[in-house]
This record gives sequence, structure tokens and C-alpha cells, in this order.
Amino acid sequence: MFDRDRWQEILNAIKQNKFRSILTAFGVFWAIFMLVVMTGAGNALTNGITHGFKDFATNSAFLWANRTTVPYEGYDRGRWWSLTNADMEAIREQIPEIDVLSPRLQGWNLREGQNVVRGERAAAFNVMGDYPQYREIDPCTMPYGRYINNEDIELKRKVCIIGEKVYEIMFDEGEDPVGQYLRINGVYFMVVGVFKSNNPNINIGSNKKETIYLPFTTMQQTFNYGDQVHFFGFTAKPGVNVQSIVDRIKPIIKKHHKIAPEDDQAIGGFNVQSELQTMEYTFLGINILIWVVGIGTLIAGAVGVSNIMLVIVRERTKEIGIQRAIGARPALIIGQILTESVFLTTVAGFLGLAMGTLVLHLTDMALEAARAQAPPDEQSFFMNPEIGLPMAVASIIILVIVGLFAGLIPALKAVRIKPIEALRHE
Amino acid sequence: MSNSIIKVENLHKSYKMGNNALHVLKGIDLDIKAGEMVSIMGSSGSGKSTLLNILGILDTYDRGNYYLDNIKIEKMNETKAARFRNKYIGFVFQSFNLISFKNAMENVALPLYYKNISRKKRNQMAMEMLDRMGLKEWANHLPAELSGGQKQRIAIARALISNPKVILADEPTGALDTQTSYEVMNILQEVNKMGITVIIVTHENDIAHRTQRIIRLRDGIIGENITNGDFQPITDNEIFTNN
Repeated sequence: MFDRDRWQEILNAIKQNKFRSILTAFGVFWAIFMLVVMTGAGNALTNGITHGFKDFATNSAFLWANRTTVPYEGYDRGRWWSLTNADMEAIREQIPEIDVLSPRLQGWNLREGQNVVRGERAAAFNVMGDYPQYREIDPCTMPYGRYINNEDIELKRKVCIIGEKVYEIMFDEGEDPVGQYLRINGVYFMVVGVFKSNNPNINIGSNKKETIYLPFTTMQQTFNYGDQVHFFGFTAKPGVNVQSIVDRIKPIIKKHHKIAPEDDQAIGGFNVQSELQTMEYTFLGINILIWVVGIGTLIAGAVGVSNIMLVIVRERTKEIGIQRAIGARPALIIGQILTESVFLTTVAGFLGLAMGTLVLHLTDMALEAARAQAPPDEQSFFMNPEIGLPMAVASIIILVIVGLFAGLIPALKAVRIKPIEALRHE
Repeated sequence: MSNSIIKVENLHKSYKMGNNALHVLKGIDLDIKAGEMVSIMGSSGSGKSTLLNILGILDTYDRGNYYLDNIKIEKMNETKAARFRNKYIGFVFQSFNLISFKNAMENVALPLYYKNISRKKRNQMAMEMLDRMGLKEWANHLPAELSGGQKQRIAIARALISNPKVILADEPTGALDTQTSYEVMNILQEVNKMGITVIIVTHENDIAHRTQRIIRLRDGIIGENITNGDFQPITDNEIFTNN
């Protein structure tokens, strides 16, 4: 394989027809280039979309109350109703497959004017009531302090945790907010922590960065929500399908609130698991498309190489004949042509790989630069276009195989030529 | 019998041309002793090239027997045929058939490459052979930079390098002028003197007359088999006296 005479032959064959060799190699180069760039773009799309919720509990769902759409037991359609603490307890009791259940309050009526005040600073923020369990559905880090805990819930402490943006506006940079007080809709709450969500792209109910979380029980009491629950999230225990739990929760709630069993719209919901599944299928579809197009292009390139190898064999018929006449074994000739074909495809493919990676790298740099200038809240749907090492290794292996196949027919043709016919070929 | 290097009995060969079979060789009997220098003559279409190709195991035959160095040559796969050619036969062609991108030395060394001899060793052997041909200073030249006579001498050197028992030359002087033709014939005679059997296909009488025996083919059979009376080679050759 690493034989000087063989390489002399290969280089000579390429050198003699530089333009033709380059054009041929371009087919393979282009195929790999396209494959790399498209895969990189596909990955970037996946990265960009999944980046915002990579830590979010994927086995979770949220449910809330909607107006009824079917008249039932004397009630008219279009009735407003509310989830209650009792519903939560019933669900928790009757469905042990639920891992974490987190009722939530959405204080939309609280956000009016500049509802949050600290000293001379005042601003409008969302206020939500939460249980500590919510952190297991939507994980976050705490740059300052701690999350809401069970004692806050039990003792209905007037404490709060605040989003990054709230901290930014209500406090000086670097100031420790823990122990400081905020006046929220006229009531003072002590800040016990600042949270930074791991999943900034999923906002249920409000933009988390601009939200203040109060202990659920404190909020219910302080702001007169009675026993209302505005919505709730839950996670399924491992191996349990989220939808099956949703299907069991709904009848319990419907029974409590006299909602028609056939009223599908009275309870709103969002099943993270099935949404993610849909998204994964979309990504899978994109990937399959990329590979189909990529492999297709590669095959076209390989046919080009094969074609040109046939021409090379034809041109060298006499030379091959001489070699055979003076004792070259057929295996040597086959080896020669296969090496040449693999060499051509591999070099071209490697260049395509390098060029594709370079383009991806430049795109990545451009994206980083663009993101640095864009407002931090802006969501990006295109992030880190790149291909992994396995993909690179796989494409090199594919190239060698493609080269072998492309060279096979010409090589077999070359040894099928009888030396005498080759010599007669003038 | 034992010193027959090439023995052919009732050899037949025909080519298929569409629906017709072209019967080229119609029963050739031939016995060439080791160390002989023989020329094969005949008009075009008489089958002389076909015969040479069969003798060189470049082509197969339909019927009859062919013994090369007392080994029966039958239909064989190409790998085996290549090994036989490499071991027993050196070819010299009318159009030299040197590899254009290899220099003189590399061309001469090529058969040794197929024998898996190391590069250093085979280049050294090729240099010695070129030295004997008086072409040492041309070792690093490409064929395109050489004259016809030089090219043919390199082709002969290439044929000789693997120590063959037989040199098969197909119109070796066909592309050369008279002066150069005689030089090449001198070399072939020198080669013959070393004990190697030389078989030359030619249609030039003066070339044929410098060999010991002329075999004249006519329509696929041997028309004449003349031992050269006026053959004036380097006569003091003891190999011949054994005949």
C-alpha cells in the first residue's frame, strides 16, 4: 500500500490529467461538504431549540381550568370554574404514579402599575405562588440565597425569591439581596433568593426573569385567592406515560366541579412529554433528510469517480498490458486501481470535510458575535453548528468504502483485459 | 528432448470473428532447443504474432500441446501465467513499450518489483544491467528523452533483468533504421551467447539471416524450416556445437 512505485503511478495518473482529476474529485468533495454543512446546520437547529429547555422535566405536564363548553347538571355552557386545593389532594391521593405535584398561582391581577417597590425603585413584575416541588419540574440555579422551602409553605412566611431581571432592576449590581424587603402590592416580603432558570426558553404563565415567586400558601392567603389553584404541573414516575396520568386526572377534576365528562375543552393542558416527542420526530426527520440527500450526493460523486476510473483504465490499457506481460499479477493491478480510487475519494472527501468544518466554524463565530450584540432575552433557533467526531470518522470510513466501490468495476475491467489485447491496443 | 526449451505439438488456434471462426494456427509443430536463436517469418496474417503470443503465455491455444522448459503450459489463471512470464520469458516489443513516467532504471527494474525484490536491490541490479548495455549515464532519463535504439536497448535490459530462459522479440527492429537495427541485433546475439534462447518475429530478411534458424509460417502452418547455411553469427559459440 505504501509502496513508492504504486504512488508514483497514482500521482502520475492524476498529474497527467489535472483538470479532469480535479473535476472528478469535486463531485466527492461537494458531497461531503454538503453533508457536513447540512448536518452542522441540522445540529445547530436542534441545539438552538433544545438549548432553552434542556433541563426541563420532560416527563411533565401542566393543566388548568378553562370555561366549560357543554351544559351539565343544570349548569349552562361557558361557565367559569377554578381548581382548588381539594382537587390537588384528591389527585395526589388517587394517582400514586405522580412523582411531583406542584400547584401554582398566577397573580395576573397583581401586575398593575408599578406593583413592586423598594425604596425609590418601583417597577411592574409578575407574581406567582409556588411550592418547592416546582424546582423539580423547572430546575434553576440560585445565584443568591435559597429556593422556597416547606417551612415557608407551612408557616406561610412572607418571603419571596426573585428572577434575574427583578434583581437587576431592584438591586444594585453585586448587592446581596437576601434579607432585603420588597413591597409587593402593598405587602412587604423578605427576599430569600435569586433564581436563574436552566430553561429560559420555557415560560409558563410569565417570563421567569421578570417574576417574583411567593410561597404558594402565603400568596393564597395574602392576596385572597381562597383555596384556588390557578394551574398545576406534575411529573410522572419513571416508566409511566404522562398522557395516561392526564387521562386519569381529568375525570377526578370533572367530577369535583360538575363538568360534563365529554367536555374536552374545560380543562386546558400542555403535555411536555408529547410535545418533546413531536419535536424529536421533527429532528429525526430533518436528520434523515440530510443523510438521504448527503448519501445521494455522495453516490453521484462516486459514480463520477467510477466513471473517470474507467476512462483511466481505458487510457492505460496498454500500460497495464505491458505490466502484465512482464509479470505483474492481476491482484497487483486491482490493488493499484483501488488504491487510486480510494486515494482520490479520500483526499477529495477530506478536503470537503475540512472545508465544511471551516464553514461551520465561521458560521459559529458569526452567530456568537451576533448573539453578543443581540438583547440577552432574544431566543436563538440556531446555535453551535458543528459536527461531532463520530460523524467525521464515519464520513471518512464511508469515503474509503465509496472509493473501493467506485474503483471495483474499473479494476475488474482492467484485469479482464487480456495482456495481448492490451498490447495490441495502439 | 530434454534440452528443448520450447516444444509445440500440433497447435491450433482460432479467433471468433462474429459468427465466423478465423482459424489462424492450423497445427504447428515446433521444437526449439535451449540456447538457439530462431526467427519466425511470414506475411501478415500468417499467424506469426499469434504464435509468439501463445509462446509468451499472453494468449491461449485451442488444441495441441505446448511445453515450456518441459512444463506443459495449459489454460491457467492469470496469476499463474504472470508468474510464468516473469520467471521464464522476457519480452521485447516493436514499439518498446516502456512505461513513460518511469526513468530508464525504473523501467528496467520493473519485473523485479513484481518479484517483490526490495527497491534498493532492484535498482542496483538495474544499474548493472544498464551498465552492460552501455546506458549507465542514461539511467535517470525518461523514455521520451531517448532515441529509438536506446529505448530498445532499455527494453532488452528489462527483458533480461529477471534472468529469463527465453527472449521473445516481436519485430524488435521494426521501428528502427538499418544502422540501429544492426546494433540491436548485435545485442540480441550477445544475449544469445549468454545461453538464452532468442526467438524473433520479423519480416525483414537481413534480420532473419542473422539467426541460426528461420521458421517461415504460411497460412497457419510451418511452410519452411531452414537452418541458416550462410548464417554468420559469432561462430565460436560452444552452446551451438552441442546441438
